[in-house]
Amino acid sequence: MNEPRGRREFIKVLGFGGVVFASGLAGACAHTLRKSGGHEDDFFFVQLSDTHWGFKGPPNPEAANTLRQAVRAVNALPQQPDFIVFTGDLIHTTDDEAERHRRMREFKAIVADLKAPVQRYMPGEHDASLDQGKAFQEHFGATHYSFDHKGIHFAVLDNVSDPRAAIGDAQLDWLLADLKPFPASAPIVVFTHRPLFDLAPQWDWATKDGSKAIDLLQHWKNVTVFYGHIHQEHHFRTGAIAHHAAQSLIFPLPAPLSQPKRAPVPWDPAHPRRGLGFREISVDESRVVLGLREDSLEGAVQPVAASGSY
Amino acid sequence: MRGLRILGVSLVAILAATSSDVAAEEKVIRVTAEKFKFTPAVIELKLGEPVVLELTTLDRKHGFQVSDLNIDENIEPGRVTRVRIVPGQTGTFLFHCDVFCGSGHEDMAGEIVVKP
Repeated sequence: MNEPRGRREFIKVLGFGGVVFASGLAGACAHTLRKSGGHEDDFFFVQLSDTHWGFKGPPNPEAANTLRQAVRAVNALPQQPDFIVFTGDLIHTTDDEAERHRRMREFKAIVADLKAPVQRYMPGEHDASLDQGKAFQEHFGATHYSFDHKGIHFAVLDNVSDPRAAIGDAQLDWLLADLKPFPASAPIVVFTHRPLFDLAPQWDWATKDGSKAIDLLQHWKNVTVFYGHIHQEHHFRTGAIAHHAAQSLIFPLPAPLSQPKRAPVPWDPAHPRRGLGFREISVDESRVVLGLREDSLEGAVQPVAASGSY
Repeated sequence: MRGLRILGVSLVAILAATSSDVAAEEKVIRVTAEKFKFTPAVIELKLGEPVVLELTTLDRKHGFQVSDLNIDENIEPGRVTRVRIVPGQTGTFLFHCDVFCGSGHEDMAGEIVVKP
């Protein structure tokens, strides 16, 4: 990736054959692929996370607009991604079951405006933990599954339908069976909501049996995990596995254990979309080099005049 | 008299066995859980002084996790969950509900403060 060093500039290369990070304005991946005269099999996808549709509160007084702003920002990319993945907490939960269903219907209606041809979904605890994923499955389908796209195998793991944040042995058995046909060198991408490693168990930023999944995945040498839950960009490695958390689309949370409580970062009216954004992931022809571009909603979109109603 | 003393020892042993190692003389602190708080939210302990936390819930199932003390318990409706702690070091140890319980779940936390 040959990017000009922009606003929140940093470019870093890690292992996994080289993982490139870049932060800045939207459209970088599409731009980079075009600029490099990219191989025709190059592609990129977009990760959106923690939209928490239905949330109301001081951490984001504009919450009724933020999801629509994200849709507009993604639609405004110079090229459309091959697919968009939502890594959980699509809605903000409520004890009112009917209201949860209503929020899921509203969410679907809003993201129906996305231009990208394919959207993939998975639950966060707000979507699935109160009813073990029942409503989510009704609206969005399975909570764990896999698919292949242009030479990469993608596995979606559910670590939220169990309210104690466990994957469970049955799903781990499924994962092993799903990956078994692939050679150790195969490029594999895992999507999940919570971190699989113990990022900050004191703040519930972990998966009870995440270490089992990591142990299982270590057999494959080109594994990248994309997740959400912690409402901020974060990068970590366990052995050969790279783990990347995404920003949220509702409110940022503080750095892990940087303060006594995991309370949201206070809303700043001067920068109402600071800390909110999405991620573009570009994949080159090698399929083992992933370029990560963190796009901020701040400055990337114009305010939406009205929240509308669904 | 000797027989009575032996009986007394046995009785203590039975009590201990049926209340998760609660010795009769140990301090007991009752902690209630409800959406979305623990009461008390700050539990003060003294270094080296054994204590038993008696955890109950006022509404639904919750969790009680103190990862730094390797404590991870469920709090079920209608039951008392007892956790025995012998504080081995001073400091503040965060605890939280680790069974997702609703829209304020993230706020359901507290701290154990161990003083010299």
